[in-house]
Amino acid sequence: MEDKILLAHGSGGKLSHDLIESFLPDLANPILDRLDDSAVFEASGRLAFTTDSYTVNPIFFPGGDIGRLAVCGTVNDLSMSGAGPLYLSLSFIIEEGLPVAELKNILNSIREAADEAGVKIVTGDTKVVNQGTADKLFINTAGVGILPEGVDISASNARPGDIIIVSGNIGDHGIAVLSQREGLEFKVPVPSDCAPLNRLVAEMLTESSNIHCLRDPTRGGLATTLNDFATQSNIGINLEEDKVPVDKAVLAACELLGFDPLYIANEGKLVAVVAPADAERILDRMKQNKYGNRAAIIGDVVNVHPGQVVMKTSLGASRIVDMPVGELLPRIC
Amino acid sequence: MKFVEEYRDPELGKKLLERIHRRSHKPARLMEFCGGHTVAIFKHGIRQLLPGNIEMLSGPGCPVCVTASADLDRAIALADLPDVIVTSFGDMVRVPGSRSSLQQIKAEGADVRIVYSVQDALGIARGNPDKSVIFIGIGFETTAPTIAASVLQAEQEGINNYYVLSLHKVCPPIMKALLDLGEVRLDGIVCPGHVSAIIGSYPYQFIPDDYNIACAISGFEPLDILLAVDMLVEQIESGQPKIEIAYRRGVRPEGNVQAIRLMETVFEPAEANWRGIGTVPSSGLQFRPQYEKFDAGKQFDISPGPALEPKGCICGSILRGVSTPLECKLFRKTCTPENPVGPCMVSAEGSCATYYHYGDSHGR
Repeated sequence: MEDKILLAHGSGGKLSHDLIESFLPDLANPILDRLDDSAVFEASGRLAFTTDSYTVNPIFFPGGDIGRLAVCGTVNDLSMSGAGPLYLSLSFIIEEGLPVAELKNILNSIREAADEAGVKIVTGDTKVVNQGTADKLFINTAGVGILPEGVDISASNARPGDIIIVSGNIGDHGIAVLSQREGLEFKVPVPSDCAPLNRLVAEMLTESSNIHCLRDPTRGGLATTLNDFATQSNIGINLEEDKVPVDKAVLAACELLGFDPLYIANEGKLVAVVAPADAERILDRMKQNKYGNRAAIIGDVVNVHPGQVVMKTSLGASRIVDMPVGELLPRIC
Repeated sequence: MKFVEEYRDPELGKKLLERIHRRSHKPARLMEFCGGHTVAIFKHGIRQLLPGNIEMLSGPGCPVCVTASADLDRAIALADLPDVIVTSFGDMVRVPGSRSSLQQIKAEGADVRIVYSVQDALGIARGNPDKSVIFIGIGFETTAPTIAASVLQAEQEGINNYYVLSLHKVCPPIMKALLDLGEVRLDGIVCPGHVSAIIGSYPYQFIPDDYNIACAISGFEPLDILLAVDMLVEQIESGQPKIEIAYRRGVRPEGNVQAIRLMETVFEPAEANWRGIGTVPSSGLQFRPQYEKFDAGKQFDISPGPALEPKGCICGSILRGVSTPLECKLFRKTCTPENPVGPCMVSAEGSCATYYHYGDSHGR
């Protein structure tokens, strides 16, 4: 086999065939192995369906790569509706010249992440585009999952009195990826938190049926997710700066770059809005899962300042936590 | 990567605040020079916690904000030339110039690229030998040494298609110019943190000596700022203004000698055009004659046309500390972070963006 991906690998001919054949053993399952035009499977109940495209730069970063991200991201989007994820599609758009070895590594990560989450890749596609028309590798995944009976989770379900829980340290993914960007030469001992959260969510749901909102605070970070809850539920949110868990190294990197960890992306964290009576029980259960062991209560839902997130700062003052605008850029001064 | 948490310790912060409340009696008007300070003050709610006799004003220390429309127009005109790639720090791209913005001409087909550091710009020059790659050099003494280093590196590697439009500014002369304008009566200045890491504390000595104004150099964590305010209060109450360093982990009195040498090798002082203030002698940096071949201002022929200020925008008087964003008729109405009219709403360190994101209706 060639050591770089060629345009011909996407042409539908012999090279395409060989490339796809080389993927199969990694991802094998009875639905995929039929290699028909559509995956065919049985499902019953309420289905959740989601899709996302992954264009991260660089494609390998501390704690993960674009493959792990593409599986976890879609698994997590399904999980945040309360659904148990089952099947994923996987589409590659590859820039001509990508080393085959890199693609193999990414496939390995995809398999590992899918195994960890207990989902199957059941259909896929590969395209190769001319150099310069894509950035190394783009991946799209879509996923379906089944919603358990009685589960009703939505960003518009938060009620005054509810408690807000975050599943662990915020900002790890964004800072880990940023530290690898060309020209930003700093090393942080923090890997990306990229992880599938479906098992954590399933455990939370067995503990309580009073989980009102769930969301994974990816792009835009915790601040954006909380603002979404406040706007969509038309309630106010009070947040306590001291209670928001942030790794020291992430905090240090944020100071250096002039960033606020509240706005930094996460790929393995969730924010839950839950009924007050169940909050401690849910929190204890979360702490038993490796992806929730640093979970913390960070604030509550109030019936004043609807649509706004207000944070009590460590010094005892208060400030509005607004939606971010545009891309995060390092400070110049 | 340590020493952040100890500068956020709420207990120490509360002790400092108690001391400030106990010691401060005279009315004190303090200016924080840096946009980064303004952001930190608002983010941690420090204005709300200070005694009522202390007033905090935001100063001009935002590199994007102080770039004059005329200079921005030059950057835009450069990007409009054939076979040119203009590279810039991100915020700059969104600032409206007289007739366009870098973002707008990029959408119209110009090759404008956002970079995170000047090293990226140099990399683009290496990778595109058939294009002229121009870096829009903004910033204070903090960024100038790294940009000077990139020029020396380009010379060493024989990169002949790399240029810098030097719009750099230096702090002490503009502080003097603001004080000489006499529009704002100040009792103390929270002096720049990262700039002082380069230039040290000596260049501010004229402020206590000639203007009788208290000075403290501050970092960007809440305790840094509270400690600086505490020092200023002490100086004001005792009637003995001087220059003190509340940012010992970052600043030595003599500064960073190596960085200063780099900067002085490539650049020399020149007059600079400041938004809202005008031309101030020796407040900018231009290429020394032996490095002129890297000077985009000299090597390209452009005629950007007369500069216009955005109508109704009071960024100029906000930068001088004369007005606050709350006094601007456009603030939160036609001027928002999504649709900024002036630069102070574009930059993450601009006063208007800070008031917009973090401030309440009283600007606290």
